[in-house]
Amino acid sequence: MSSTMLLIIIGMAVVTYIPRMIPLVFFNSDNIHPKLQNILKNVPFAILGALIFPGILTIHEDIKFGLIGAIVAFVTAYLGANLIVVVMTSVGALSVYAYFFL
Amino acid sequence: MQAITNITRSESGFASGLRAGMSIAIGYMPVALTFGLLARTTGLTVFEAILMSMVVFAGAAQYITLSLLAIGTGAFEIIFTIFIVNIRHLLMSASINERVTEDTVWKKALYAFGITDETFTVAATKTGSLTTSYMFGICLISYASWVVFTGAGYMVGASLPSVIQQGMSVALYAMFVGLLVPSSKKSKKVVVLAGVAAIFNSLFSYFHMSTGWSIVFATLLSSILVEVVIGRKENV
Repeated sequence: MSSTMLLIIIGMAVVTYIPRMIPLVFFNSDNIHPKLQNILKNVPFAILGALIFPGILTIHEDIKFGLIGAIVAFVTAYLGANLIVVVMTSVGALSVYAYFFL
Repeated sequence: MQAITNITRSESGFASGLRAGMSIAIGYMPVALTFGLLARTTGLTVFEAILMSMVVFAGAAQYITLSLLAIGTGAFEIIFTIFIVNIRHLLMSASINERVTEDTVWKKALYAFGITDETFTVAATKTGSLTTSYMFGICLISYASWVVFTGAGYMVGASLPSVIQQGMSVALYAMFVGLLVPSSKKSKKVVVLAGVAAIFNSLFSYFHMSTGWSIVFATLLSSILVEVVIGRKENV
């Protein structure tokens, strides 16, 4: 294992554990300002947008690769498919695309 | 009478926690398998993949880390991003703290490690008190599933043909889309949050800001702006 990877994993463990632990160990009641609570509630949806775009366009030299993946994932998710089905359908579609066109 | 007392006790005990956590454990199986598989395609060793699941135990954060590693993000940016992503656990921990029965600090500090979106929601929707044994039960079975199936996913990944491995490169993005779409259907605010962050991220990337910081700043700016501009009108 590289020392950089070990550093990353340990760092992740520490910064993930601290927010889980502090309220349970130190809080007596909910001390977080409502404004901050609302901002934190926004974070998961905002980060999903930032993670998808523009990164999805750069996973392959062929820009269509990411676009097809995005469209397949969007359609299957929109039809109400389970998360793992969304992932596997997109992977399957792009495997077929890679087999025939790349 | 003795039997009735035992049943009552088990409703909030360790076994009850294990039963409640069973659905989470089943739900984690495909996600952890996929994580193990993606960890392999991203270039982690089997030990690194399992260690990450053992000491971090946070699905979204671990997936995000893989995508950041894949695009060559530095250690500090990854750790800071994970901190931002997981700071939401603060709210869950604060909320669950209102419900759990009082116990020694080290026990609470131990099961705090098991707070995830899933263990939190299952525990928080349970009626009655949340005992320490119940919390240990629900967290332990979820954790075991996460770690074991990470390893299993990694092993299975080793035998995949290269065409499928190419296809796997979209899996993280497909998962993010799959997480976002159901929430977007329910709330226009989610669409705005994701859209604004995506625009900021594209803008920052265009001006060659490093990917990690670009994602962090785009996320924070979008979260704050949306709260300030439309936060009062609608709740997610």
